[in-house]
Amino acid sequence: MNDVKNTFLAKCYRGLTGPGGRALVALVLVLAIGVVFNADGVFFKVGTHRDALRQVSVYGILACGMTLVIITGGIDLAVGSVLALVAMCFSIGLIRWGWSPWLVVPGSLAVGAACGAVSGALTARCGIQPFIATLAMMVFARGLARTLSGGEKVSMLVVDSQGNLHVPPILRWIDTRVLHDNLSMVTVIFLVCAGLSWLFLARHRWGRELYAIGGNEEAARLSGVPVVWAKTMAYAASGVLAAVAGICQAAQEQQGDPQGGVAYELTAIAIVVIGGTSLMGGRGGMGLTLLGTLTIGYLDKILSINAVPEASRLMLTGVIIVVAVLAQSRRR
Amino acid sequence: MTGIGKSFGPVEVLRDVRFEVFGGEVHILAGENGAGKSTLIKILAGIHPRYDGKIEIDAAPASPTSPLEAAALGIAVIHQELSLVRSMSIADNLFLGRPLTRKGFVDDRAQQAAARRLLDEVGLDVDVTRHVETLPIGAQQLVEIAKALGQNARVLVMDEPTSALSAPEVERLFGLIARLKSQGRGIVYITHKMEEIERIADRITVLRDGRYVGTAPAAELPTPKLIQWMVGREVSQQFPRRQSHGLEECLRVERFHVPSPDRGKPPLVEDVSLDVRSGEILGLGGLQGSGASELLWGLFGALGTRPRGNVWLKGRRVSIHSPREAVRRGVALLTNDRKATGLILSMSGEANATLADLWRLAPHGWRHRRREQEATRRLASELNLRAASLEAEVATLSGGNQQKVALAKWLQTEPKLLLLDEPTRGVDVGAKHEIYERIDQWTAQGIAIILITSEMPELLALSDRIVVMHRGRVTARWTRDEASADRVLEAAMGKTREGNGE
Repeated sequence: MNDVKNTFLAKCYRGLTGPGGRALVALVLVLAIGVVFNADGVFFKVGTHRDALRQVSVYGILACGMTLVIITGGIDLAVGSVLALVAMCFSIGLIRWGWSPWLVVPGSLAVGAACGAVSGALTARCGIQPFIATLAMMVFARGLARTLSGGEKVSMLVVDSQGNLHVPPILRWIDTRVLHDNLSMVTVIFLVCAGLSWLFLARHRWGRELYAIGGNEEAARLSGVPVVWAKTMAYAASGVLAAVAGICQAAQEQQGDPQGGVAYELTAIAIVVIGGTSLMGGRGGMGLTLLGTLTIGYLDKILSINAVPEASRLMLTGVIIVVAVLAQSRRR
Repeated sequence: MTGIGKSFGPVEVLRDVRFEVFGGEVHILAGENGAGKSTLIKILAGIHPRYDGKIEIDAAPASPTSPLEAAALGIAVIHQELSLVRSMSIADNLFLGRPLTRKGFVDDRAQQAAARRLLDEVGLDVDVTRHVETLPIGAQQLVEIAKALGQNARVLVMDEPTSALSAPEVERLFGLIARLKSQGRGIVYITHKMEEIERIADRITVLRDGRYVGTAPAAELPTPKLIQWMVGREVSQQFPRRQSHGLEECLRVERFHVPSPDRGKPPLVEDVSLDVRSGEILGLGGLQGSGASELLWGLFGALGTRPRGNVWLKGRRVSIHSPREAVRRGVALLTNDRKATGLILSMSGEANATLADLWRLAPHGWRHRRREQEATRRLASELNLRAASLEAEVATLSGGNQQKVALAKWLQTEPKLLLLDEPTRGVDVGAKHEIYERIDQWTAQGIAIILITSEMPELLALSDRIVVMHRGRVTARWTRDEASADRVLEAAMGKTREGNGE
C-alpha cells in the first residue's frame, strides 16, 4: 500500500486529480483552442505570446496579492483603486515634482502598503467584514486618486529644450523587453512578484499562519498564531503588490490615470479562483494563481487575435470562468 | 422509540435504547454528559435521519427525517440554544415557515391575533410585534414554547430549559409545564439539576454510555439510587496504575473570576482557587455549565472578557492575555472540540503538529523543512501515529488520529502545564487507552496537567486530586482516595458546598 502510494506515477496521478491538475487542464485546453483557432498562424508567433503575457502581467501582479488575502478567507476589493492611486502618486512625484525614481518608487510602494494595512487593520482588529472594509478602501482610494490631480490625467511625456518628447528613463526601463526582445519587463516583474509571494507562502512562518487562519481562525488563535498581525500583513502585502501593478500600468500607458484600474480587482479574483484557490480560505497557493494568470491571459489573447468583438469576448470570459470554477469545485 | 442505535463513523454513541412518553406526563431523561441524551433527542427531532431502530407514534411507525417532518408529527424540541430568528417579531417567529396568508400575502393582522392567543396560553404578556432579541431569555423560551403549541405539538422536548433562567422565570416555566401536562401533552425533560428532577418528574429514564439503563416512576427512584444508575459501573482497571509525581508547585490560582460576556449574567467562573504541582494531574469535575472549560480558557488567555484573579506559574506571578503569550510561557490547551477549535482541518497533520511551535522551529521567520519533518517524525513515533497519516489533510483522519495530532501540536511546544479538556471525546477505545498511557508518561516527565473529563471512571482513575465545580464555583475538593463517583456527581449537581473533604 505504502510503496504503491509513493511511486512516481501515483504521485503524478494525485497531482493531476488535485486542484493544480485541474488548473493545468484548463490552461492546456485554452492553449489547444489557440492551436486550433490560430488565426492563420498568428498564435505560433513569439510576439503573440510575449504580448499575451505582457497584457496579463498587471492582473497577475494583483492576483498575487489577492491570493495571499483569499487564503486567509478574506477578499481585497481595493486593489484596482489602489493601483490607480499609486499610478497618480508615481506620475505626480516623477513629473510634477521632479523627484528621483529612487524616492518615488519606494514612496509609491509605501502608499500601497499603507492602503492595504488600513483595510487589513479594519478587518483584523476592528472585525469589519473584509468585503466591506476593502469596499470602503476601494471608494476612498479612488476619490483620493482623483483629488490628487483634480481629476486630470497626468502625462509622463516631457518636452525637452529641443522640443523632443521624452519619457523618464525609469519608464523606459519598465517598458523594455529582455531575452532578445522575447519577454516584456512587466512580465519579469510579475514573475518576480509571484516568486516572492510563493516564497513567503510556502517557506515562511507567515505563509503557514495565513493558511491556518483561513482554515480555522479560532483554532489558529488558540495555537498562538498572531492572527491580527498576520492578517493585517496579508492586506498590506496586497497593497504593495497593487502599487507595483500601478507603477507598471503607469509606465506602460506613460501617464497616471485616476480612472484607471476599474474592475481590475474582479479579474484578479477570477484568476485566483480559476487557479483553484478556495474563496473559503485555507486551501490554494501561488502555483495555482500562476496557472490561472496564464489561462486568463491566453484566453483573452486568443479571442482577440481571432477578432472576436469585445462584447462577445466579455460574455465568453464570463462563461469560461463559471465552467472553470465548477470544474474546480468538484472537490469534496 | 425502541432499539435505537446511532454511530458517528466508528464511534457508537447509542445502542439499543428504549424510550417512551405518555400524554400528560413529565418524563425525565437523565444521564451523565456523553450518555447519549442529546443524540436520542436529535433522532426524535429528525436532525439525525439515519439511525437503527424504530420510532412509533400512537402505535404507528414514524421516522422523521427532518425537523419539519418531526414538527408535523407533533414533536417539538426546545433546544438549549433557542432556534428563534432574533431579528424578527414574535408573531413572525410563531408562524415562521407556515404563515397565515390571504391571497398569497402574509396576513399580518390574523397572525398577530393568533400570536396573541398563543402567548396568552403560555402566560406571556408582551406586544407580539416586538422583536425577539429585545426580550429577556426567559421570555424568548416561552415564545419558543408558544411556537410549539402553535404547531399543535403533542410531545415537547426541553433540553436543559432552565440553564439560563432566573429563579422566578423557572417558577413560571414549571407552572406552564404543569398546565401543558394537564392538557394531555407529553413532556420530555433533560436536566442535570437534582432539585428539578425531584420537583417535576413523573417518570425517569436513565442512559449511560449510550445504553439504556432503565425507566422507573420518580417515586421509586430516590436521588441516591438515581445517581447509582447514572454512574453505574465499577471503576474499571483499564487505566494505567499511576504514581503521583507531584513535587513542586507548577500553577497556583487564587480567586479567579471569569465574567460572562453577556452583561448582567452571573460570571462563568467565580472565586476559584486551586493549585497543581509538576507531574500531577488535577481532575476538574462538573457537568455542563459548570464553568470548568471556561476556567481553562481563562487561564490560557483565550477569552475576550478579562478574567480577574492572581495566577502564579512556577512561582512567578503572571497575567496571560492571549493564547500566544500562554504558549510562550509553556502553557498548552487541548480544547474539547478538535474540529471547531483544535485543528486546522484543511492542513496536513505535519502542518498542524508544528503550528503552535513555529515560533521556535522557524525563529527567524523562514521555515526549516528538515527540522519540521524531524519534529513530526519524533511526535509520530511518540504518539504511535503512522507517518502517512501526517501527510494527508487532517480532515481525512479518524477521530483518534485527529486527537493525537492535536496532542502532538501541544507536545511539540514542550509545555510545563497542559490543560486537557475532554482529551478522549469521540475517540475509539484503543486510542483512548494510548492517550491514557501518554498522559501518564507526561506526568513522569514533570508536566503538570489539569484534566476535564465527563467520563467519571476516567476522572477518578487518572486524577491525583479532584476539584468539582458547579455553576462556576468550586463545590468540593478531594484526593483520589476520598473521591467516589456518587460524591463527585452529587457535588457536580450542586448538592454540596465546598468544605467537604480537604
